[in-house]
Amino acid sequence: MSKAQYFHYKPFNLGRLMVWGGFALLLIVAPLVFKSSLALTVLSQMGYMIIICLSYNMLLGQGGMLSFGHAVYTGLGAFLSIHALNFIGAGTLPLLVSLVPVVGGLAGAAVAALLGWVTTKKAANTFAMITLGVGELVFAMSLMFPEFFGGEGGISGNRVVGKPFFGITFGPQIQVYYLIAVYCFVCTGLMFMLTRTPFGRMLNAVRDNPERVEFIGYNTQVVRYIAFIIAGFFAGIGGGLTALNFEIVTAESVHAARSGAYLLFTFLGGALFFFGPIIGALLSVLALVLLSEVTKAWLIYLGLVFMVMVMYAPGGISSLVMMNLRVVAFGKMRRLWLSYLGLAATLSVWVVGAAAVIEMVYHLQLEAGSGDEVRFLGTVLNIQSANSWLASAAVFVVGFALFELVRRRFAREWGGIQEEIEQELHRRGNA
Amino acid sequence: MSQSSVSTLGSTGSEWAVELDDVRKRFGKTEIIRGAKLQVKEGERVAIIGPNGAGKSTLFNLISGRFGLSSGQIRLHGERIDGLRPFEISRRGLARSFQVSNLFGKLSVFENIRCAVLWSLGYRYVFWRFLADLHDANDRAEEVLKMIKLDKKRDIAAVNLTYAEQRALEIGITIAGGASVVLLDEPTAGMSKSETSRFIQLIREVTVGKTLLTVEHDMGVVFGLADKIAVLVYGEVIAFDTPEAVRANARVQEAYLGSMLADQQAGGH
Repeated sequence: MSKAQYFHYKPFNLGRLMVWGGFALLLIVAPLVFKSSLALTVLSQMGYMIIICLSYNMLLGQGGMLSFGHAVYTGLGAFLSIHALNFIGAGTLPLLVSLVPVVGGLAGAAVAALLGWVTTKKAANTFAMITLGVGELVFAMSLMFPEFFGGEGGISGNRVVGKPFFGITFGPQIQVYYLIAVYCFVCTGLMFMLTRTPFGRMLNAVRDNPERVEFIGYNTQVVRYIAFIIAGFFAGIGGGLTALNFEIVTAESVHAARSGAYLLFTFLGGALFFFGPIIGALLSVLALVLLSEVTKAWLIYLGLVFMVMVMYAPGGISSLVMMNLRVVAFGKMRRLWLSYLGLAATLSVWVVGAAAVIEMVYHLQLEAGSGDEVRFLGTVLNIQSANSWLASAAVFVVGFALFELVRRRFAREWGGIQEEIEQELHRRGNA
Repeated sequence: MSQSSVSTLGSTGSEWAVELDDVRKRFGKTEIIRGAKLQVKEGERVAIIGPNGAGKSTLFNLISGRFGLSSGQIRLHGERIDGLRPFEISRRGLARSFQVSNLFGKLSVFENIRCAVLWSLGYRYVFWRFLADLHDANDRAEEVLKMIKLDKKRDIAAVNLTYAEQRALEIGITIAGGASVVLLDEPTAGMSKSETSRFIQLIREVTVGKTLLTVEHDMGVVFGLADKIAVLVYGEVIAFDTPEAVRANARVQEAYLGSMLADQQAGGH
């Protein structure tokens, strides 16, 4: 066996260069392609959500720590950043506005260092409970200390302060976008590099089997604690960027609902692969900004999608992508595409039925005052008409039944193919 | 830790690699280990045998720090290790394997082994160097993979290995860090006869020059592998001697060994 085989990481590896180069190019080009102000808003939010979801996944995916309180670190990072911004404005803090997110990062790391030693003593349930408790504690504090948290109105700031740096004032949103893009690229790079270090690998080992880690010389609590602080640092940077982006930080930003959103979207993107949370971050902004435009019942859809993913694809989207790429690599996709077609067709019937029912229920419960009619996919449903209800319910039930039939067939085929691939891998190993 | 200052002999001053002094362990009111005494020389291979429930695995859990003692002392190269946590004991050069394979499931075979060499090579919690650049760690991991004959399975996730391969990886993780004292808890449990004999050969190879303590049920393995046998009955070491002497020991035969040997012979062993 040649020695070179284990050098998975080569500093000037072409494939890697292309991936990272492509990522940088995408960040640079995106606002030139999508020029509307809505697009710029979406892109800016995607930038810091990527950092936040990746930092969250350092705990969830890399370290096996289910945190219900990540908003504590993004939120406190955001508050410290907005205060820093105001100090810059008052002339008491000589700092470039572009470095304000670093203040947020340091704040996140400091808070994580303070609270983390207790939190990381145990993994699993204990860890989850403590993060939940700390989250509630910090939110309660946000109401108790209005000087720092700004009470109901929050703290606002002005990012156009200090001397322009090479003409950059951060007045126009595009300048803020590029600042976010730079942070996004650098932080993503750093977090990826971390997964290639001894510490990063031991964090995976702690996730897989904390007990054994203690018998190969490592203190699992120290591993978790370091991960917790580093995750807090990047979360704080993400929070700092939100402060610069919106120029206001409210108590909501440390609320449990925010933590829940980080968890939900990181999970949807997929915690098992490094790039999973990036997908999750993109989805989160699309859902929050665009889906909420399409339908007022968007939170219901989000919850349903989450449930369906937990049941059918617990590895998230990234895992689905990787599994299918593996099937393609072994040349077995031909046997699946028909099933995929069936899945897509039946799923869309099911979704249309479900959406019709949801829209009508939502209308009936919350908007009955605005008339009985609901416009839905080019047709008009009437919440007073039994036909509308029956038709919607019928589409939903038939769609679900057909989907389930196709899915079972697909699951059998899929299982068979995965088994073949595993056997093939073993054969190669034995050869 | 402060315990080490209690010891009167330095790490080179003791002739015993592992020393158990009146070790006791209670779970609730039940005393499982009742004053176990054992002195294992540097480089000796010791098999611990005894009927089910004698406390063999518990004894290993006490030595490796998984459980705390109720009373007594355990010394490693003359230095007290009772009261220390597993990772502190591991850093002092004692490694153990588990009866049920205890691996890093999602990591590849190679990563499993590399994780196990990192601490001993001083890489600890390092997050500012790339694993790929740590040539000593990678070379050592490759070397161990060859020793346990899993070099061709290096990229397969540990959960996807066959049972026998998982047992081999279990041993690999245990010896990878270069510990001078190795505890193997039923390394051949659940293996077929042919696998067992191959595996014993493997254990012999990977533990050359080390002090070895192993719990074993298969008498053929015990008499083939061990320099000395410790017989544990109801939490006490009732005999500790060469295989021949233990076989002839009337007390041992009465307590345990005779009946078991008779069984095995009757079973066409």
